[in-house]
Amino acid sequence: MSTQPTTKIDAHEGSGSEYLAFTLGSEEYGIDILKVQEIRGYEAVTRIANAPEFIKGVINLRGIIIPVVDMRIKFKLGTPTYDQFTVVIILNIGGRIMGMVVDSVSDVTTLTPDQIKPAPEMGSAFNSEYLMGLGTIDERMLILIDIDRLMSSGEMGLIDRMAA
Amino acid sequence: MTIDISQFYQVFFDEAEELLAEKERLLLAVDIAAPDPEDLNAIFRTAHSVKGGASTFGLNDMSEVTHVLESLLDRIRKGEMALTAQHVDAFLAAKDILKMQLDGHRNGTGVDQDAVANVRMMLHDLSEGGVPAHHATVPSFLHAEPKEQVREGAHRYKIELPDLPQRDVNALVDELGLLGRVSLVPLAGGRSALIIMTHESLDDIVAICSFVLDPSDLRIFEAPPLTPEQRAIEAAERARIEDEQGYGFFDPAEPDESATAVRGHTELSDDERGYGFFQPIEEIRRDAGIAAEPQPQLQAQAQASAHVPAQDPLEAAAEKRAAKKAADAAHAHAESSSIRVSIEKVDQLINLVGELVITQAMIEQRSSGLDPMLHQRLLQSVSQLTRNTRDLQEAVMSIRMMPMDFVFSRFPRMVRDLAGKLGKKVDFITNGAATELDKGLIERIVDPLTHLVRNSIDHGIEMPAARVAAGKSEAGRLFLSAAHQGGNIVIEVADDGAGLNREKILAKAAANGLPVLDTMSDAEVWQLIFAPGFSTAEIVTDVSGRGVGMDVVKRNITALGGSIDIRSARGFGTTILISLPLTLAILDGMSIRCGEEIYILPLGFVVESLQPARADVKEIAGQGRVVKVRGEYLPLIPLHQMFGIEPHFTDPADGILVILETEGRKAALFIDELVGQQQVVVKNLESNYRKVTGISGATILGDGGVALILDVAALLRSSRQLADASVAL
Amino acid sequence: MAKTILAVDDSSSLRQMVAFSLKAAGYQVVEAVDGQDGLDKARQQTVDLVLTDQNMPKMDGLTLIKSLRGLPTYQKVPILMLTTESSDEMKSKGRAAGANGWLVKPFDPQRLIEVVKKVIG
Repeated sequence: MSTQPTTKIDAHEGSGSEYLAFTLGSEEYGIDILKVQEIRGYEAVTRIANAPEFIKGVINLRGIIIPVVDMRIKFKLGTPTYDQFTVVIILNIGGRIMGMVVDSVSDVTTLTPDQIKPAPEMGSAFNSEYLMGLGTIDERMLILIDIDRLMSSGEMGLIDRMAA
Repeated sequence: MTIDISQFYQVFFDEAEELLAEKERLLLAVDIAAPDPEDLNAIFRTAHSVKGGASTFGLNDMSEVTHVLESLLDRIRKGEMALTAQHVDAFLAAKDILKMQLDGHRNGTGVDQDAVANVRMMLHDLSEGGVPAHHATVPSFLHAEPKEQVREGAHRYKIELPDLPQRDVNALVDELGLLGRVSLVPLAGGRSALIIMTHESLDDIVAICSFVLDPSDLRIFEAPPLTPEQRAIEAAERARIEDEQGYGFFDPAEPDESATAVRGHTELSDDERGYGFFQPIEEIRRDAGIAAEPQPQLQAQAQASAHVPAQDPLEAAAEKRAAKKAADAAHAHAESSSIRVSIEKVDQLINLVGELVITQAMIEQRSSGLDPMLHQRLLQSVSQLTRNTRDLQEAVMSIRMMPMDFVFSRFPRMVRDLAGKLGKKVDFITNGAATELDKGLIERIVDPLTHLVRNSIDHGIEMPAARVAAGKSEAGRLFLSAAHQGGNIVIEVADDGAGLNREKILAKAAANGLPVLDTMSDAEVWQLIFAPGFSTAEIVTDVSGRGVGMDVVKRNITALGGSIDIRSARGFGTTILISLPLTLAILDGMSIRCGEEIYILPLGFVVESLQPARADVKEIAGQGRVVKVRGEYLPLIPLHQMFGIEPHFTDPADGILVILETEGRKAALFIDELVGQQQVVVKNLESNYRKVTGISGATILGDGGVALILDVAALLRSSRQLADASVAL
Repeated sequence: MAKTILAVDDSSSLRQMVAFSLKAAGYQVVEAVDGQDGLDKARQQTVDLVLTDQNMPKMDGLTLIKSLRGLPTYQKVPILMLTTESSDEMKSKGRAAGANGWLVKPFDPQRLIEVVKKVIG
């Protein structure tokens, strides 16, 4: 095994981890599949008064109320359109369920540690502390996001800091 | 085969706790002047049962305390001793001690051994027939309460006390006892003197005395230290007193005389063994039809022939089995009239029923568009389903409902103790103890209510002398009640005390920098006491009035989705009204529309709705609008402005005003349209999101969409600026 | 066939301990929470031995014993008192009521079983 700088990936015994790949704007991103509960279309969202623009509101997910955020608005990527192709990825972050709107979902990819390179410090829409690395398969490059950390962060404002 | 009885400890702990609570309840209720013999018997039994269990399970500290308690109670119930108020006080104190000891065994919490010793002393004094003085009065150079070894070089002082109430004398002995060895000596005229042997300075001693008396009233002498002979006599006297009492304060507990292990029954007498028979065992067995000596193979036949000699053994056996089954069934029935279920299971059940209600509502809505002629049977089934679901919902919600008595029952004791401590007389009356409230709410209402009750006694109800001077009864009345009102429970804490002082409150609020106006209504002035850090009590008493109370009370109530109102009249009293939703889970709501969004208003806050005349709406320069409703001007809250919605109507005269009222405030909410009224299942936002200002929860509508529930109290609070301006008109 | 014992005591912890111990020793046990309950259960099924506490609500031990002896089926069934003291007064009252013997509380399970075995085997 070649030496490489440590990445923030916690590889599972050399066999690789699975990532859900999705697009935002012109880039492809990847998140740990274990955090993904399901994928849905975009349905009527109930607006929450005075919430930041990227928090679209809440929806009824089989009886529970969950917030939906639009990553395209938050990180100024792509054009926020809402049609029959719009996808909402339902995440389960430490027991909290939430949805995030993306442009499209590609596939589930397995990445082995040697396929992952450290992420550059600059040049990404996301703050580098939320980046886990860059994954490469064939011609594709996936920007791997620590979705747990991102969604729990203060800047997303999804969690009451007091309660956390 | 050894049997481990520790598995029954938990059962005993629960049982003892109930017995102690029962004992307290009975003691508080007993009529000291003319006690009901049945009550005395019942009180005796509680002590007896606790003692029995404590001995059985080896909790010797508790069995010792209950031993004295039990003998006193036995004498009282047999009429050999009269019940006095001192007895009741001592018994209540004993109950506290037992509870402390029980908690010590159960949870490992600490037990104050000095308190235990004091109570035992009190009980013992009562047994002797004397008035329970804290410490036995003994000859001059004897010690009553050796607390520490005093080294050579200590001083002996004799302090002659002025005329003091016994309580203060006891308190002094306690306090000074921490400085050295103290004993009490009687003087002429009912007064006492303290002899103290200590290393501490005289100044410290005088300082302590000045808590209860004027130091200039003291006469202090330095006494010579004891000679060795005198010390020896002391020690002997002390030993004698301890022997007589049957207790030495620092000796380990003596084992209970009857709990000796069986060593071999031929050598021991019945009493030593702990059991005995009135006739030879062989006789008993023979009479009962059992073989003379235990021989297993004979047992079955002997058994069969024993009880039903005239019947065929097989039939007898079958009969016996059947009888046993019936007995077991009856036995099981009697034992299991209630079962323990974990809270999680109950909550899950409630959630599932909530889901069912939503689904049923969806079915109802989707089928409402069907042609009734074509789908008659389907529609009938749907309405049957609606009825079934409602019934199920009510039944399930009632699982978590508990009577308010759970809360009320704590208060009689607390009121009695607190009133006594403050030297006030308080009659405590409750009403509606059977009113039920959701378990989760009950637990969270206890603290706020406790604070309000303490406030009433501490600040509301006046001292007896003041009351009489004001033409009132000597004893104040404290009234606690609960009742259902619509979808809410209303809890009232009322006293006939001095009432709130409007000027004082306004002054304090102004001093604290709160915006006040002389023209504020009483209801609004009273609400000021909920501001943080607000306390008009001059001296921060130990009891309440530390200024952290009322705002926390308010916050607790609002967090439960409730509201709190105050009414008060100077010289007459104060009434605090708390309104809580019956359960956190279901709400009667009014659905309203603003723009394209539907919101839910809890019906409990809605007074009425109307469409105003254009002329009744007025603009206050730079502050917003008010509307004239039934002669008064109310602030106008445009929902679309608060929530940034694109409304259908911007002119109130075109839309609808919903008049809301809570916490002494009234306002008119301006919306587009009333949609309807329905019962909604409340879902909270915080599980997956966060608290949103102005929103108290969410619900799922019949069409599957989400509607947010408005936090009326928050809305009205934010409109305060408008309220202040409105009165200028 | 196992013998049946009726255990009457208002203390549930004690009752449970007695029932558990006796069942472990191979007896069947019927529990009653006070004198009245004991009398009812005794009527439903004739047991082989009755153990009864003294101080109970509704009907105390001595009254229960007297009532049992008034039933034809309970003339000769052994009845033992569970008592907290072994005074002469208790003994004479118990004997007069019709009890066959007594067992002082607190007792440990071993002694209980030993005494019961002595009486009904």
